[in-house]
Amino acid sequence: MANHHGSVEELASNTVRVRYHGFSIFMHWLMALLILGLFGVGFWMVDLSYYSAWYKTAPHYHKSVGILLAILLMIRIAVLVKKGKPAPLKTHGVAVQRASKVTHVLLYVLLCFIMMTGYLISTADHRGIEVFNWFVVPGFGEFFPQQADRAGLVHEWLAYSLIALVVLHAIGALKHHFFDKDATLKRMWWSKTNNVTPTIDSTKEIS
Amino acid sequence: MKKLVLASVFATLMAAPALQAADYVIDTQGAHAFIQFKVSHLGYSWLHGRFNTFSGTFSYDDKNLAASKIQLDIDTKSVDSNHAERDKHLRSPDFLNVDKHGKASFVSSKVVPKDGANFDLIGNFTFNGVTKEITIAATKTGEGKDPWGGYRAGFEGKTSINLSDYGIKNILGPASETVHLDLVVEGIRK
Repeated sequence: MANHHGSVEELASNTVRVRYHGFSIFMHWLMALLILGLFGVGFWMVDLSYYSAWYKTAPHYHKSVGILLAILLMIRIAVLVKKGKPAPLKTHGVAVQRASKVTHVLLYVLLCFIMMTGYLISTADHRGIEVFNWFVVPGFGEFFPQQADRAGLVHEWLAYSLIALVVLHAIGALKHHFFDKDATLKRMWWSKTNNVTPTIDSTKEIS
Repeated sequence: MKKLVLASVFATLMAAPALQAADYVIDTQGAHAFIQFKVSHLGYSWLHGRFNTFSGTFSYDDKNLAASKIQLDIDTKSVDSNHAERDKHLRSPDFLNVDKHGKASFVSSKVVPKDGANFDLIGNFTFNGVTKEITIAATKTGEGKDPWGGYRAGFEGKTSINLSDYGIKNILGPASETVHLDLVVEGIRK
């Protein structure tokens, strides 16, 4: 364990990545944007009137972006499995580490199920999902009775749960940033410098 | 002479069942019955759909048509317009509200014979929890022995209902207010 008085060499040999990788940061914020957008559009589009100009287009975009998000999620999970992620900040206690771990895993799990149920709504009749008229994701029909209705209900409630969890996740990040004044939020944003920081308390000074 | 008497007795015996009202069960098992609907799409075209699950019985007397009866139960959850997303919407409270009213039914109260094979079938139609009297313009299509030892009779009927009469707010536009129903009923004599 390095300490404040260690030599430069010692520090260098004991460094660990604190900040997320630039690609992961990009994926995180892109997906955050898409998820919030999908939720907003989804919430709004289900009440559109039949004669609204968006009645057909909004669901088309919702499904298209949803499929793209599913692809991004697969890439992100693949990167996570292969490359891992930075170790938790040392300033975080065991409880905080555990809570954030559970939240993160749950975010991934909810996303997976929301995507699956969304797919099951639209493909219950073997119709594929057209993604921006670029390509079609094939449909495989009904796996269980009343698939479209049941999957629709689960899709809706999981989406509400996800957004509740996103709010919790954001409140946590902001609490660490403004009250604990640690690097929790900063390490999820790009910086030219200090991409790699010693494991010691200087994590607080990450810029 | 003896032969002729025997033959006529035999013929009378054979014909006897046809003189009484016979009970039929609608052949949903073999799917020789259809409850189909069509609704105008924007006033430009037609949307066709059907209910896949229903059951019913009727009694029918060729000699005394007015004594005929029919009752029909329709599972509204089984709506099928060949589009899962649309069917999901049709089952929702916007239209069929199937969680609350999963069943529609028709029970005939009166049969008014008209010319030839045509007759009016009057009865109570319960749909979305609302019961109203409707008239179905019906026609007998045919009847006779089937090749597998049974006896069948077939009918067609047409009627139309207005969505607003059954507490369904029409959100599809004025041209789509009326739903046209097409019924094809084939019964197997019990």
